[in-house]
Amino acid sequence: MRWWHRLASPSRFMAYSARILPWAAWGAALCIAAGLYVGLFASPADYQQGETVRIMYVHVPAAWMALFCYTAMAASSIGYLVWRQPLAELAARATAPIGASFTALALVTGSLWGQPMWGTWWVWDARLTSVLILFFLYLGYIALAEAYDDPVKGSRAASILAIVGFVNVPIVKFSVDWWNTLHQPASVSRLDGPAIDPAMLVPLLLMAAGFTLYYVAVGIVRLRALVLERRIRALQMQAAHGGSADAVTTVA
Amino acid sequence: MNAILEFLGMGGYAAYVWPAFGAAALVLGGLLWNSVARLRTARAALKALEGTGGRRRERGDEA
Repeated sequence: MRWWHRLASPSRFMAYSARILPWAAWGAALCIAAGLYVGLFASPADYQQGETVRIMYVHVPAAWMALFCYTAMAASSIGYLVWRQPLAELAARATAPIGASFTALALVTGSLWGQPMWGTWWVWDARLTSVLILFFLYLGYIALAEAYDDPVKGSRAASILAIVGFVNVPIVKFSVDWWNTLHQPASVSRLDGPAIDPAMLVPLLLMAAGFTLYYVAVGIVRLRALVLERRIRALQMQAAHGGSADAVTTVA
Repeated sequence: MNAILEFLGMGGYAAYVWPAFGAAALVLGGLLWNSVARLRTARAALKALEGTGGRRRERGDEA
């Protein structure tokens, strides 16, 4: 067995994820606390946007995580469909609600930022519309994954949706360059370096690190729950079918 | 006191800045709560099942 097969075995995952979890959880708490402190108290207001610029410290990391989680979900879905990794399928299922939450957060905070700065809560420009589609893709994935009594059927359908829907990720990312959007283009990931003052870049990156670690921590918690739920299902099947161990060994 | 009020006022944009941070707390806190609750439920259900079924515990099983 190759090392990644062993890493991807659910019982191995239960062992090492227990060790990673406290580090990720405390790291997330520390980074978010530091990011909030610097973002709210120890960073200046913008010369044009005033204090509303502080919305950036939740809006931008949330939007980055929305794309990051979708990419992770699509990659896990490939791992499941192509290499039949049972943990990859569960990882995609664990990621979907986290990504959906970050996407909803990006949409809500963007709206709260748009009203005072653009004079509108919402505009159907390419960036906002493609992020709304991203949100619906997450919801579609969750609905499809849960739609069948047989989780295998749900997983196949949902994985295909996740992979096909990935086409939307570069559209979200480059919408601000390809089309004339009301939304501004990227200021951090630019070829000529970030066009943002270090005083604002520091809290932004702290929050981004905090959100990433939050995803790792909550993702581990959700994935552990999913592994246990599969084990429960296998045990129930085993009991119903009179004690064959096959059902248990395929998932655990 | 004035400094606190000035901070909370957010230069006149309090109605936009604080709901944004509040939404983040609500969404991320709610998701964390939901995830931990789901893990606890699964752990308890598995324990109950294994108690009746008598299945051996594997290394790393302690969730």
